[in-house]
Amino acid sequence: MTNRITSLVGLAIVTAVVAIIPFVAPNSFYLDLAIRTGINAVVVLGLNLLIGFAGQISLGHAGFIGLGAFASAVLPTHFGWHPLAAMAAGSLAAGALAAVVARPIFRLRGHYLAMATLGLGIIVNIVLRNEAQWTGGPDGMPVPAMTLFGIDVVSDRQWYWIVGALLLVSIWASLNLIDSPFGRAMRALHGSEVAARVVGVDVTRYKVAVFVMSAMFAGLMGSVTAHYVGFVSPALADFGHSVELLTMVVVGGMASVFGSVVGAVLLTALPQLLATLEGWETVAYGAVLVLCMIFLPKGLVPTLAARFERRRR
Amino acid sequence: MLAQLLQFSFSGLTVGATYALAALGFTLIYNASHVINFAQGEFIMIGGMLAVFLVGLGVPLPFAIVLAVAVAALVGVLMEKLAIEPVGRGDTLALVIVTIGVSLVLRGAVQVWLGKGSHALPSFSGDAPILIGGAALMPQSLWVLATSAAVVVALAWFFERTLAGKAMLATAINRTAAELVGIDTDRVLRVSFALSAALGALGGILITPITLTSFDVGIMLGLKGFAAAVVGGLGSGLGAIVGGLLVGLIEAFCAGWLSSSYKDAVPFVLILFILFFLPSGLFGPKTTERV
Repeated sequence: MTNRITSLVGLAIVTAVVAIIPFVAPNSFYLDLAIRTGINAVVVLGLNLLIGFAGQISLGHAGFIGLGAFASAVLPTHFGWHPLAAMAAGSLAAGALAAVVARPIFRLRGHYLAMATLGLGIIVNIVLRNEAQWTGGPDGMPVPAMTLFGIDVVSDRQWYWIVGALLLVSIWASLNLIDSPFGRAMRALHGSEVAARVVGVDVTRYKVAVFVMSAMFAGLMGSVTAHYVGFVSPALADFGHSVELLTMVVVGGMASVFGSVVGAVLLTALPQLLATLEGWETVAYGAVLVLCMIFLPKGLVPTLAARFERRRR
Repeated sequence: MLAQLLQFSFSGLTVGATYALAALGFTLIYNASHVINFAQGEFIMIGGMLAVFLVGLGVPLPFAIVLAVAVAALVGVLMEKLAIEPVGRGDTLALVIVTIGVSLVLRGAVQVWLGKGSHALPSFSGDAPILIGGAALMPQSLWVLATSAAVVVALAWFFERTLAGKAMLATAINRTAAELVGIDTDRVLRVSFALSAALGALGGILITPITLTSFDVGIMLGLKGFAAAVVGGLGSGLGAIVGGLLVGLIEAFCAGWLSSSYKDAVPFVLILFILFFLPSGLFGPKTTERV
């Protein structure tokens, strides 16, 4: 029960922050940062469900983001699709690809998903770079504006509220999911796969489901990124981007919904601080990963939460 | 036709030998700790970049090579001491993430220190191609193949004939049993990191006269070495060598006959194919699990 209250308080805090930012942000730079943080946070939420609950890492989530982003660029430009239809198609394509790959992989034990997703992400990246007649190749291509109910969504403010709403809905959905029978099965799975199997949890099915879901989150947010920025390039789908997302999960805290948000906030801001120091940015990312695993193996939010609990007692 | 076949085989075996060295590096560390070391590619990069840097300072090539390999081995040991050991043995997922972190630190540090440009090394013994059956074989390819073969023989001797090598094999087979007979498995892990860093660096130096090097070559080379290890069967030394050569060959033939822009995708398509149809690779150990 206290758990439930903590979750609601957390959700209320995030809602308040989301509502206040546009009124206190001194200029459009901060609004842009907030939008990109929100986009990352939603992807990281999905990825964290996979890592935290299925105990599997994906090293190719940027590939799913790339699929979503390029669906929003290619389908309206070359085939005249409505941007909303393209967005749905991108997310579904990411989910379908994840499902095709996951079924055979999850029959195996061990970190095979890391290997498979790594390969998958790189293949997506290479295809996007090479099919220049469709995707613009390494230079990328512009994305047509999103239209909702006949209105073009182009301003930063509009996108801010859309991303904010998506973030809140995702947090709320993730919290509910964790409390549902599905979530209980996932947590049982994380505790002991064998025990979960013994009490009748269809381990493979749950793992596939959570992976497909996180891929669809990533595809959807790829589309949102594409429309918000107005331009896509294959860099969205590269290995480095996958690692950034993984870092956000690890820093914030595996299996922690609010940890995902905190991780996204910290690590989306970090490159801004280091932007002038080329190369150091990479060093900093790496150092954060290593130090986190050594000193905060559970991540920021769960570690702090545990400390807070102890003090209260 | 035959000339073409030979030509593709030469170039495929040459890069394949580098992949094989990287794959052996993956295998050594995997056997000692069940960790997939995503920093392996950075050792390849460090080898090449350090050799270029030292040659630029006026160090004679042979010394530069030895020094670069030694420094890489030292980096490997430091990595194990400073990043792997503090995390502890239990959590493989955490260890894999740590290796990704170390790879970023190494890549960023080299970028800050030596810049973003591409660098070349002179070929070890000239650039006059040797003509065989209408195909041109570069002398550097011979260096790559001969050195790799020598390394494989030396490793085989090390594992078969020396106490340290046997201790490493024992640890790979069963760590608890190895500890019970008095093997210092922490030391085995350090030696594994030193050896695989040295192997990667050596491959990186050998291939630099052919393909150039820069701070970011480690990502692709490392991942391809990893693909080779998976294809051969993670944990198998023979598998690593065969996997490396196979990946190199398929890549070369794909570049020649199908599409050179898709040759980089070959190792990753192979990873998926292997995981779907042959999860323990070509020579991987069949694992059964007790609960």
